[in-house]
Amino acid sequence: MGDLSKLTIADARDGMRKGDFTATEITKDCLSEIEVAKPLNAFVHDTPEIAMTQAAAADARIKAGDAPDMCGVPLGIKDLFCTKGVASQAASRILEGFRPEYESTITQQLWDAGAVMLGKLNMDQFAMGSSNETSCYGDVVNPWKVDDRQLTPGGSSGGSSAAVAADLCLAATGTDTGGSIRQPAAFTGITGLKPTYGRCSRWGVVAFASSLDQAGPMTKTVRDAAIMLEAMSGHDPKDSTSAELAVPNFEAALTGDIRGKKIGIPKEYRLDGMPQEIEDLWQDGIAMMKDAGAEVVDISLPHTKYALPAYYVVAPAEASSNLARYDGVRFGHRAGLAQGDGITEMYEKTRAEGFGPEVQRRVMIGTYVLSAGFYDAYYNRARKVRTLIKKDFEDVFAQGVDAILTPATPSAAFGLGEMKDADPVQMYLNDVFTVTVNLAGLPGIAVPAGLDKQGLPLGLQLIGRPWEEADLLNHAYVLEQAAGFVAKPAKWW
Amino acid sequence: MSIDTNTAGRVAKLARIAVPEEDLPKLADELNGILAFMEQLNEVDVDGVEPMTSVTPQRLKRREDVVTDGNQQEAVLKNAPDAREGFFAVPKVVE
Repeated sequence: MGDLSKLTIADARDGMRKGDFTATEITKDCLSEIEVAKPLNAFVHDTPEIAMTQAAAADARIKAGDAPDMCGVPLGIKDLFCTKGVASQAASRILEGFRPEYESTITQQLWDAGAVMLGKLNMDQFAMGSSNETSCYGDVVNPWKVDDRQLTPGGSSGGSSAAVAADLCLAATGTDTGGSIRQPAAFTGITGLKPTYGRCSRWGVVAFASSLDQAGPMTKTVRDAAIMLEAMSGHDPKDSTSAELAVPNFEAALTGDIRGKKIGIPKEYRLDGMPQEIEDLWQDGIAMMKDAGAEVVDISLPHTKYALPAYYVVAPAEASSNLARYDGVRFGHRAGLAQGDGITEMYEKTRAEGFGPEVQRRVMIGTYVLSAGFYDAYYNRARKVRTLIKKDFEDVFAQGVDAILTPATPSAAFGLGEMKDADPVQMYLNDVFTVTVNLAGLPGIAVPAGLDKQGLPLGLQLIGRPWEEADLLNHAYVLEQAAGFVAKPAKWW
Repeated sequence: MSIDTNTAGRVAKLARIAVPEEDLPKLADELNGILAFMEQLNEVDVDGVEPMTSVTPQRLKRREDVVTDGNQQEAVLKNAPDAREGFFAVPKVVE
């Protein structure tokens, strides 16, 4: 053995059912890969005992027959998910020592389906970042490498993207508030799906911006994304925004037939100064859709330009409210106090020590835009612009467009530390193609579609109609088959 | 609208984050940079547009106003940095 961690979910499922290998064997291979991949810094809390126990249970279940698709599949879990008895820190010092007494709905559903937890994955602190450089555990390193530089795996789900790309696990959970699944997926040559807002329960997932946050699968293939999404989806009475809709069999939707479908190409996504390689990749994608028999039409999403500024009002505003709970009283870190310090000093010192600089910045921006006198000028205006951004998409879908094709990111992965001295807004631009989807609550998927001239992966994004992940996945499947992306990072770690 | 060091200090106070006096000018600069980026929103005509409250057109569900949970004192206090005699303990609040 030794190569089983490279399996896709679909191949693992089929192989385990046939008896070619067991969940225990796959899990052991993953654990030994994790052991040698410490230089990537992707896994930050390993749970080998839990993994081996779950794998043994999965093997028994598979042997008994009638096991679910995810049974025996070893996964990495983003540190944002609360996992009972296992450190869940959102990569922040402020949650140091926190071991939840409960399990997030999504991870519970995955364990109920027989999946295996290998450990918790690094990420940007509180999911705030696009390069995985804001984590209290240190940077994650992209397994892709083309010269002496260490590259970012993207963020905020950078531990997830690195772990899947490096074959440390079969798949991973991610979360996406402004692009945090799709951008890291594109930077590492894997598939990442953000479902429609409300498709997956947010209960037990550390909140960043509640009206934008949505969890989703990060996988090696589109088929795997379909299989894993099904296990993660569904109504949850504990999340009042989770939708009471039936969960379709997403895998069954992968027919590979998109003849007669209408694909929209938004002109506003053609940015000034966009690298020629990104433009070329986009044109290749358009050609692939046409070859598959889809009709490609030019569309306009006129408020696209305002999505990032609206996001950087709405998301910090919600974050400043959500993160108010970290006060050093109920869980996590509490600062040491000086003689005479009262409760206010306890809050202020705890939060100054516990939150990293980017988190502090966003909490303060959010506090400012919600403060008396500025609420209307910033927060309410941003919420109105958000209404217009959503309407842009509704208008296009009303014209019969089935899916929208765009680049996933404005560049390939950049070097760790390269953006260190840039102002925060420069980093925010990474999300320019993905953030509209969160503001409009739509499903979006990043699919690896090619390599740039340095040899780094590039992704394309497809955006679907609300609740039509099945159709979206089928479009992505066609793109994946046509692009034929099979490149893997050469193992240097 | 521009943030001076006084305003930066006030925002830090509101957010309950201790920021040393000497770091306030840098913080004000950073916040100003982000706010300048947000100013683009003033170009948009939002007359008559409703601010978004829910991205999906669903209505929040109602339920009976009854206790559905409880009796978990130990679990609730388990992660507290300082819990004593069944309570969260904090520095003295009332003089």
